[in-house]
Amino acid sequence: MGRKLLLAHENVPGIDRLDVYRAHGGYASVEKALKSMKPEDVVEEVKKSGLRGRGGAGFPTGLKWSFLAKPEGVPRYLVCNADESEPGTFKDRYLMEKIPHSLIEGMIVSSYALGSNTSYIYIRGEYFYVSRILEKAIQEAYEAGWLGKNILGTDYSLDLYVQVGAGAYICGEETALIESLEGKRGNPRIKPPFPAVAGLWGCPTVVNNVETIAAVAPIINMGGEEYAKIGIGKSTGTKLISASGHINKPGVYEIELGLPVEEFIYSDQYCGGIRNGKKLKAVVAGGSSVPILPADLILKTAKGEPRLMTYESLFDGGFQSGTMLGSGGFIVMDEDTSIVKNLWNFTRFYHHESCGQCSPCREGTGWMEKILHKFLEGTANLSDIDLLWDIQSKIEGKTICPLGDAAAWPVASAIRHFKQEFEEIAKSKKFKDVSHYERLHKPAMA
Amino acid sequence: MKVTIDGIEIDVPKGTTILQAARMIGKKVAPPAMCYYSKLKTTGGYCRTCIVKVTKASAQNPNPIPKPVASCRTEVADGMEVQNFTSQEVIEARKGVVEFLLINHPLDCPICDQAGECKLQDLGYEHGSAKTRYEFKRREYEMIDIGDKIKLHMNRCILCYRCVKLCDQLTDKRVHGVIHRGDAAEISTYIKNVIDNDFSGNVIDVCPVGALTDRTFRFKQRVWFTKPVDAKRNCDKCSGKVRLWLKGEEVLRVTARMDEWGEVEDFICNACRFEKKRKSDWTIEGPSKIDRHSVISQNHYEHLNELKVKAMKQQKALGFMPFDKRP
Ligand SMILES: Cc1cc2nc3c(=O)[nH]c(=O)nc-3n(C[C@H](O)[C@H](O)[C@H](O)COP(=O)(O)O)c2cc1C
Ligand code: SF4
Ligand code: FES
Repeated sequence: MGRKLLLAHENVPGIDRLDVYRAHGGYASVEKALKSMKPEDVVEEVKKSGLRGRGGAGFPTGLKWSFLAKPEGVPRYLVCNADESEPGTFKDRYLMEKIPHSLIEGMIVSSYALGSNTSYIYIRGEYFYVSRILEKAIQEAYEAGWLGKNILGTDYSLDLYVQVGAGAYICGEETALIESLEGKRGNPRIKPPFPAVAGLWGCPTVVNNVETIAAVAPIINMGGEEYAKIGIGKSTGTKLISASGHINKPGVYEIELGLPVEEFIYSDQYCGGIRNGKKLKAVVAGGSSVPILPADLILKTAKGEPRLMTYESLFDGGFQSGTMLGSGGFIVMDEDTSIVKNLWNFTRFYHHESCGQCSPCREGTGWMEKILHKFLEGTANLSDIDLLWDIQSKIEGKTICPLGDAAAWPVASAIRHFKQEFEEIAKSKKFKDVSHYERLHKPAMA
Repeated sequence: MKVTIDGIEIDVPKGTTILQAARMIGKKVAPPAMCYYSKLKTTGGYCRTCIVKVTKASAQNPNPIPKPVASCRTEVADGMEVQNFTSQEVIEARKGVVEFLLINHPLDCPICDQAGECKLQDLGYEHGSAKTRYEFKRREYEMIDIGDKIKLHMNRCILCYRCVKLCDQLTDKRVHGVIHRGDAAEISTYIKNVIDNDFSGNVIDVCPVGALTDRTFRFKQRVWFTKPVDAKRNCDKCSGKVRLWLKGEEVLRVTARMDEWGEVEDFICNACRFEKKRKSDWTIEGPSKIDRHSVISQNHYEHLNELKVKAMKQQKALGFMPFDKRP
């Protein structure tokens, strides 16, 4: 247990430089793929590896690649999604900041596999300093001949660009990202057509998450079958988890899929347990949009089996008693946390980030935020709980892109599992804020 | 391709959307559409009023599509089965959409020029609830004059994007668009740039609500007190086929002719719309066929009043300024 494929060299001084990265085995997968494999072979290895998209939805990457249309005489594009904006998720940043060449290496091999000669890394505006790190690394790679014309003397050429967004969560949705990359307003497109058929500039396009692309390098190095041996069932390989909240050791951890949730939270190797000896109250396991689960349900499934860090185990029980692995943004809340206040904060985020194209999300997210704010003011009524439930149900599944669902699920799950907290406020007309954050920031007054 | 909508089967060509197929069958199964506009490309998909339930995806794949789909943007498949008004789920979901469209709407029908021919009014009347559950302050914007002929009243806009697509597709300069995002999004002409070209006036006709109105007609008359006739003139820019809205001998307003779905038959030029305001400019062909279903038609006049009264009550309950006290 505990093998590291992406972060193995995270603590090597100078690993962000090409020479150091190379000295630790970097770019081996490019040599292997370009010199000894056909593009189809690379796709085949990725299929065998069982790798699933690390951006949130967990769609099998090899399968997605095989959907890419290949009309004659039309360019194809690979776009890396580095918009990472889901609250609680900061793994891509860590990887790009620490080991930028691992993404570039993955981009070269993946672009080769897909037949893309021009590829893009679309990075959120707030990561501007990370874009500088990437650009410097790309420059090094060009100078050493890993990018540009006739890489390693083969007839494969690749240009790689970094495009900085203006800072919008919605530009992480792949079609909004493509619009933004084309220089337009970042509105999600109405599908079909899907990017695999008509994406960037109307050409077949694959959009993949940073971590997904970086994982391609070790897969090619070790072989798809070996990679698939890590993990459990259809959750293969390793996964970066960004752990935050009331834990002793917040940070980015690379885990082997299949690790028990309990071990992840309490072992010293990972989160190191709950801060200040407090009790665990709830966890949002995969970024702010996935359903929140109370302590008992995150540690064990409704059937009483230990919950594991896999796509399947976290989803066990559906939305009634389960959640999702999502982007791996693991947010831990201790016994003092107000679920209501946390929910208001999440909802405020989705309200702020809605693109405004479709009515349920544009109008519904703001409405939910306003109602939740009534709870914080202590003016909410019991009927507001039902109203919230009704509004989220009228957003979910009725929107153009999944941002609507992402806004609805946290509301539904908080009411499903913590209704009592809402009721207490509505009855007492008092909002007692006991969160650490508040206590830390309150002025010291009697 | 055979598709069944609310139990009625129809044969349609490949590439037909569910909404188009439903319109071929007729009003009794056609979903309401606030943003789709058959004469403009890439419209539809935004408002979500046209959502339907696909209970059988196709002959090959008899499974239902789990989520409701926007019928205006979903093509039929052979053997597809669709529920619209026969699905309680659809009716409920649509009620939700109508409520969303109305929560930030000023409900100022009594002072709105569009009253009587407003698609949102029809929609609210037919598919909404009588009462609002929204208790917060509504969104408010300043009114904007887009040149001397068109008024933009953003408070009433439902962000259907029709005017944006029209300006993109029909006019030569793209000066019209959407700025900001989420519920702060607004139609803009990039800081009040005048939409200055021969076909800009059509944005008034494609706007389903009273957000874009004709400044040369504003407050002149309630539409239900005017008499619409179809008229024609020889025009070198457009077809010259228009609808005149008359009061006695006076031409109060010129618009395009609308079909049974409330869509423009032929887009008209600004000269016909804004400058030919004498009856003698036109050859009158006869009275216009106005959809009896519409609130403009006499049949529904009582209902319109009902709606107005309802709107006023709601506004009062929400602490709105009475209309006669408004500036
Ligand atoms: C509102 C929204 C925001 C998203 N943000 C991101 C993001 O920041 N990064 C990301 O990789 N995927 C994001 N996604 C998922 C992408 O649309 C897409 O599925 C993903 O990039 C595919 O990559 P993968 O298959 O490698 O996971 C987002 C989706 C939605 C609906
Ligand atoms: S769901 Fe929200 S973010 Fe997505 S297209 Fe609709 S309004 Fe935009
Ligand atoms: S008419 Fe279909 S979504 Fe608006």
